[in-house]
Amino acid sequence: MAEDIVKVEGLKAYYQMNYFGVSREVRAVDGITMTVRKGEVYGIAGESSSGKTSFIKVLAAAIRPPLKVVEGSVKFDFKNGPIDVATATPKQIEAVRWKHLSYIMQGSMSVLNPVRRIGRTFHDFAARPMGLTGKAFEDRVIAHLARLKLPPEVLKAYPHELSGGMRQRVTIGLATVCHPEFIIADEPTTALDVVVQKEVLSLIRDIQKEMNAAVVFVTHDMSVHANVADRVGIIYAGRLVEEGPTRDMFFAPKHPYTAHLVASLPRIGDVKQRPALEGRPPNLADPPQGCRFHPRCPLAVDKCRQEVPPLEQVGPDHRTACWRWQDVKPLVNASAPSGVMA
Amino acid sequence: MTTLLDVRDVSKRFTMGGIFGRKTVDAVMDANFSLSAENPEIFTIIGESGSGKTTLARMILGLEDPSEGEILFRGKKVSRHGGRAEKLAFMSQVQPVFQNPFEAFNPLKKIERYLESTARRFLQTSDKAAIDRAMDEALQKVGLSLKEVRGRFPHEMSGGQLQRCAIARALIPNPPLLIADEPVSMVDASLRMSIVNLLKSLRDDLKVSVIYITHDLATAYYISNRLIIMQRGRIVEMGDARTVLDNPQHPYSKLLKASVLSTDDAGDGKLATDPGMVKAAGDLVGQAGELVAKPDGREVRVYG
Amino acid sequence: MFAVFRDLIRYNIEFAIGLVLVGIMVIFASLSFFSPVDPSMIYMAIPDQPPSPQYWFGTNSRGQELFWQLSAAFKNSLIFGVTVAVLSRIISITVGLAAGYLGGWVDRVLMFINDIFVAVPIFPILVLFYFVLRNNMDSFTMALILACFGWPFDARLIRSVALGLKHREFTRHAVFAGMSTRKVLLEEHLPYVMPIVFSTFMNNMLWSIGMEVTLAVLGFTNINNPTIGTVLYWANSHSAMVVGVWWWIVIPVILIVMTFLGLFLLAVSMNEYIDPRSRLRRMGA
Repeated sequence: MAEDIVKVEGLKAYYQMNYFGVSREVRAVDGITMTVRKGEVYGIAGESSSGKTSFIKVLAAAIRPPLKVVEGSVKFDFKNGPIDVATATPKQIEAVRWKHLSYIMQGSMSVLNPVRRIGRTFHDFAARPMGLTGKAFEDRVIAHLARLKLPPEVLKAYPHELSGGMRQRVTIGLATVCHPEFIIADEPTTALDVVVQKEVLSLIRDIQKEMNAAVVFVTHDMSVHANVADRVGIIYAGRLVEEGPTRDMFFAPKHPYTAHLVASLPRIGDVKQRPALEGRPPNLADPPQGCRFHPRCPLAVDKCRQEVPPLEQVGPDHRTACWRWQDVKPLVNASAPSGVMA
Repeated sequence: MTTLLDVRDVSKRFTMGGIFGRKTVDAVMDANFSLSAENPEIFTIIGESGSGKTTLARMILGLEDPSEGEILFRGKKVSRHGGRAEKLAFMSQVQPVFQNPFEAFNPLKKIERYLESTARRFLQTSDKAAIDRAMDEALQKVGLSLKEVRGRFPHEMSGGQLQRCAIARALIPNPPLLIADEPVSMVDASLRMSIVNLLKSLRDDLKVSVIYITHDLATAYYISNRLIIMQRGRIVEMGDARTVLDNPQHPYSKLLKASVLSTDDAGDGKLATDPGMVKAAGDLVGQAGELVAKPDGREVRVYG
Repeated sequence: MFAVFRDLIRYNIEFAIGLVLVGIMVIFASLSFFSPVDPSMIYMAIPDQPPSPQYWFGTNSRGQELFWQLSAAFKNSLIFGVTVAVLSRIISITVGLAAGYLGGWVDRVLMFINDIFVAVPIFPILVLFYFVLRNNMDSFTMALILACFGWPFDARLIRSVALGLKHREFTRHAVFAGMSTRKVLLEEHLPYVMPIVFSTFMNNMLWSIGMEVTLAVLGFTNINNPTIGTVLYWANSHSAMVVGVWWWIVIPVILIVMTFLGLFLLAVSMNEYIDPRSRLRRMGA
């Protein structure tokens, strides 16, 4: 089994705010323990305000007030030595950022400075971590862009001159040019059209394989996870509720929330009435007692309302936090007709 | 059979740029379709960004005038100009549902404000009890009640609930037609199906026609009766939703279908798209061609 | 509203300081209503007396008690500044919101007028008005003239915000909810431009009082009407610093600084409360 690139243990990160003497605490990340292995794609799924954004902020070592790590550790094992980003100093983080730990962000327009040529942006981001200048640096960048099927001319272009798909490829290039060991991809394809989305996803997948980097891929879209991730972790209300190999998560989920997410995806060729989940995701400033999913859970019993279920091992690599995981039935059949593919 | 909405040879051309380098962009070219008043249906417009689907929707809502052709609603021309009374009369018949429920409600104002204004204006009453009744009835139709909504601000509700409120508001004047522009793309995954199912029940139970605009082929297949697929302003394929999506014939429709991420082989990491397919679809951009009816009822654009 | 006020005082130090400073100045200015002497009369007291228990702020070379003189001057100047700010805010909000939201030819016409007002040099025009009106040029007339010139920059600012708001979905939602244009502008858009209105209100007061001071020091206003400007005019014409009547200059300057600082702090802290984004954050959205 591959080694771990990052070990997250009992991570709790809260937003602590104080406005006009009213202090409130939002428990965005409330006790997450997980690991990401070297060279794998780990998919993180969760709804808005589930805490997934805060969690990856901590992973990306971008912890800024009001977000605060209250407990736990995030230990990376990089080639240049281990680092715990929950407690590291800004200087230590600076040393690993971009070279070992980089990220692909959602809006390519916000990463790329609209008034600088792409080449300049590459220089700004990557020249220092790579320790190269001038021609040597440019050659490396051009070689890297070629891998992403981008012509060297893009270096002379301004961001607005490129199409959305090209821009997203440029940001991927920017994130991967230093050959980092760990990449966080935060909804990198959400704003893209379906045709381009597929292209960009396969690109991320290819370059990840080639560099043998670990990727944490965050998106709320389960069908993206199905095609990109090796393992998927589901975050609900600040906690990891289930994690497992992608195939198992889709065809043998052991948490009712996962089962629902998978079942609610409509498919071409199948018009069966899809179930809808009622209720709303809990307020993280005042989460429900016990299992946080119980108010919306069809399987909830009294125990769920009082006791927090632990994350238990239920299969190889498969963990779930549900008291009744044995009763969770997949709502879709693995051998369901998939329609006539063209 | 009477027509509810008739879109006739509609084109929209935008002029961009200033004095120098004037450029025209054809957002919509020769769109033709009609909805019948007797059979409420969900009519889907599928397209990617830049396909002209949103421009088409804006023209149907009377927010934009077609450059050519005309749009008739119950035999009357839809126009951006015209008196306020005329506009209000039109709005009571055609109502929109917006893409982002968090954006559709002013974050500084209470949600009920929009419902109340709609009831007051379109039911032409200022009787408080009557307005409340209309609001509650509309909210009941979407599975909420006035009690849950009254006094709440948008941030106190989930995206799904807000979108329901927005649909409830649109339903107050009992319009025969709703225009829903990507109504679920900003709603959380676990709440998405409840909105899609709601649209379905509007058609089946309340006999409301819905023009559903989306880029998502799967939900389109799930709820729509008929659909059109648009590529760069042109309708390339049109017909019964199941017929078209089960077996698309236009190269662009085929590409779209092939690009839908399937969960059938989750975990296998199959992602490659056939480059020949991308090229075949791309080559057709800018070619006029013409829509030809096929024996199975659909129309497909053919070239040369 | 009262709770908001209480919270602001308790938790916002800028607001508290600003409130205290402005409060002092407002009380000081309103004392003039109880003034035992008519501030326009001269030689009512012994001239050139330094500050003392009898004459708190001393007396000037024209035989006026500076305490009552300044009290009246601040009353007049503050009223003047507020009048200009309120009037010009009304114009800039109306023009800015209407131009931004309605667009088209309305926008073009309004912005054409706007640009004329930006381009016209205001100072010569004010002097011209003075020469035409002479002693008919009272504070209120001048406030009206300044208000007519004080709006165009802010109207452009408001227009740019309104342009952004026009394309937000909630604006279209409001239209389809049957709200009238007036309702959309006043109830949906106005809250978003209030921060600009508040901070420019402050700037505008500063600008108009400064304008008045400039004109007065040069003698282009009714110099018998006590204002901050005319107090300085008389001090200057009696060479107050040269002959050693320093309190005639120093005390008004200290009071002006206090007023402006207080107004500035209030504007900044109110801004933080009114700014929709920070308010949203507070609501925990």
